[in-house]
Amino acid sequence: MKIVVCIKQVPDTTDVKINKETNTLIREGVKSIINPFDMYAIEEGLRLREKYGGTVTVISMGPPQVTESLKEAVSLGVDDVILLSDRVFAGADTLATSYTLAKGIEKIGGVDLILCGKQAIDGDTAQVGPGIAEHLDIPHVTYVKEITDVTDKIIRVKRMIEGGYEEIEMDLPALLTVVKEINEPRLPSIRGILRSREMEVPIWTAQDLDVDEDKIGLNGSPTQVVSITTPKFEAKTQIFTGKVEEQVQNLFNALREQRIL
Amino acid sequence: RIEKSTRDFTDYKDVWVFGEQRNGQLNQVVYELIGEGRKLANKLGENLCVALIGNKLTSKAKDLINYGVDKVYLVDEEGLAIYNDEAYTAVMTELINCYKPSIILLGATAIGRSLGPRVAARIKTGLTADCTGLDIDSESGILLQTRPAFGGNIMATIVCKNHRPQMATVRQGVMKPAKRKSGYNGQVIKHHFDYNKLNLRTRVLKVVEEITDMVKLEEADIIVSGGRGVGSAENFKLIRELAEVLGGAVGASRAAVDNGWIPYAHQVGQTGKTVSPKIYIACGISGAVQHLVGMRSSDVIIAINKDPNAPIFNVATYGLVGDLNQIIPAMIKEIKLRGLSEAAASSENS
Ligand SMILES: Cc1cc2nc3c(=O)[nH]c(=O)nc-3n(C[C@H](O)[C@H](O)[C@H](O)COP(=O)(O)OP(=O)(O)OC[C@H]3O[C@@H](n4cnc5c(N)ncnc54)[C@H](O)[C@@H]3O)c2cc1C
Ligand SMILES: Cc1cc2nc3c(=O)[nH]c(=O)nc-3n(C[C@H](O)[C@H](O)[C@H](O)COP(=O)(O)OP(=O)(O)OC[C@H]3O[C@@H](n4cnc5c(N)ncnc54)[C@H](O)[C@@H]3O)c2cc1C
Repeated sequence: MKIVVCIKQVPDTTDVKINKETNTLIREGVKSIINPFDMYAIEEGLRLREKYGGTVTVISMGPPQVTESLKEAVSLGVDDVILLSDRVFAGADTLATSYTLAKGIEKIGGVDLILCGKQAIDGDTAQVGPGIAEHLDIPHVTYVKEITDVTDKIIRVKRMIEGGYEEIEMDLPALLTVVKEINEPRLPSIRGILRSREMEVPIWTAQDLDVDEDKIGLNGSPTQVVSITTPKFEAKTQIFTGKVEEQVQNLFNALREQRIL
Repeated sequence: RIEKSTRDFTDYKDVWVFGEQRNGQLNQVVYELIGEGRKLANKLGENLCVALIGNKLTSKAKDLINYGVDKVYLVDEEGLAIYNDEAYTAVMTELINCYKPSIILLGATAIGRSLGPRVAARIKTGLTADCTGLDIDSESGILLQTRPAFGGNIMATIVCKNHRPQMATVRQGVMKPAKRKSGYNGQVIKHHFDYNKLNLRTRVLKVVEEITDMVKLEEADIIVSGGRGVGSAENFKLIRELAEVLGGAVGASRAAVDNGWIPYAHQVGQTGKTVSPKIYIACGISGAVQHLVGMRSSDVIIAINKDPNAPIFNVATYGLVGDLNQIIPAMIKEIKLRGLSEAAASSENS
């Protein structure tokens, strides 16, 4: 089974600062990590390999520093890693991102299963997975909490939905996005860490991929962020103090006056 | 300040809502989208339409008109009874290509967040995720889509200038639902979709309903939530009792869930549920931004916390400073004394 896992490098915190002049996010000085949901995707890939044999390749699109995250994936035991990196990929929204990743996966070739995280903790859209599947013209299932069966032709999964789950069967090749309920990610192994140190991460640029220039980066992105603000929490709070009974009395009097209760 | 589109989109008109349903039951978010979609359509001077896909939905389609919908595009086929990503993507794509809406809104539900990106990628347009605010730019007529990112720490406004339709998934429980009234004039347009031409590679074998403690947080009018300050699983009975006398549901912060005091289904916040009840009572919850993003749009927020500087007081309508172990029992006593009950709360709704 040939498995590809898509991982995104994200800032280690969601507590971002904004440059008030340029209206952009300040990323300097913030440590980067593998998107936490993608750790479950890597783990699931490794487990499938252990059970059914095959290989796990991890792919990511991003700036050169993403090699660090890919090396971390190697330390966890994946077979190969690939970085899609090129200036012209920058500024991509989810449509352009998923197109570029699909092109990378096409170049890898012969892939049976693609795993993504549920969503990235920075962009938070959860759109890249289904987008990749569409560009590759393969089926997808989101929010997978369990893989129940795999053969060389089909995969069966449980997908979380509000108030329950669905059991879904798909023909392979297919794409899944996974939730944290699916497994417990492992830690790096010594062997993996040693291997990752020697590893030279292959980088594919736009030229290496057979991409249409109008579909990548800023050019290929229909959405555009026009402003970024930090939400202000403004409420006219009425604080009651004093004895407990008084506070409670005052609260219910206010609720009655305001015709709330 | 938003430039006009550089392309001619005069062919694209109307605001559409995806009529998400399961077993013929419309998701609550559909009514919220109709309420919001109506405002957008009025600003543009266009129609508000619902795309309804499924089986045996004729009466549902007619009923939707009563919420202020101008047109319902109905695709009614036996094979479409259960949601299937591939099938529904094909139907939505056909409808879009045929009727050319200018805006499409979907609920940011499990289904909406799976269907939306698949459809957007097929027709090669933009999709803004999980919006909490929508408006029309009065100059350009372009849809302004506001959404939280970075775990709610920032709000981004996004436009899709040069592609149509402009698509957005919208967070549940944020927009006010449309009210049912009679006297609207609208029409149901049946669109025949040739189901047999589909070559589906996805089969939904089973849909399993799990009764997880019967929590329908998103639909509750009153929610009483407990946080780390509650102290123990045992002590959560205080929260349950207060919820019960008010006829409300029980919510929780992640700290309470992580401590194993209450199941995850009750969690409110960024990685839990988004709620906007009439009254939200936060007990022993500090008010971390990841919690606030899930409950900030509640009509009235009552915070109980022993720390007068707790950030939850910045968003609260009313604050009670003190030990919840004393305050909650006093509240329960007072509610019983005043005869405030579920009935009292719900009579206020109508
Ligand atoms: C504030 C802000 C708001 C934004 N809002 C939108 C929006 O509403 N719509 C829109 O189209 N774009 C939006 N974008 C752009 C979007 O964040 C980027 O396109 C981003 O690269 C991918 O989206 P995501 O982070 O939401 O990933 P998600 O779609 O949430 O990621 C899901 C999974 O896809 C895989 N994946 C995602 N990115 C990569 C990658 N670079 N390499 C490998 N695998 C990956 C991972 O497995 C990940 O777990 C926004 C950007 C910002 C800064
Ligand atoms: C990626 C990410 C996602 C997250 N998602 C969520 C989410 O979905 N939902 C969520 O809630 N959190 C979420 N969090 C966690 C969040 O950051 C906070 O850690 C969490 O909300 C804190 O819960 P709390 O307010 O119950 O606990 P604390 O912050 O520990 O606050 C407890 C409060 O109780 C008060 N208190 C203590 N004893 C008493 C008493 N006897 N009487 C009255 N008051 C008392 C204290 O003064 C304090 O203010 C997330 C965090 C991250 C990083």
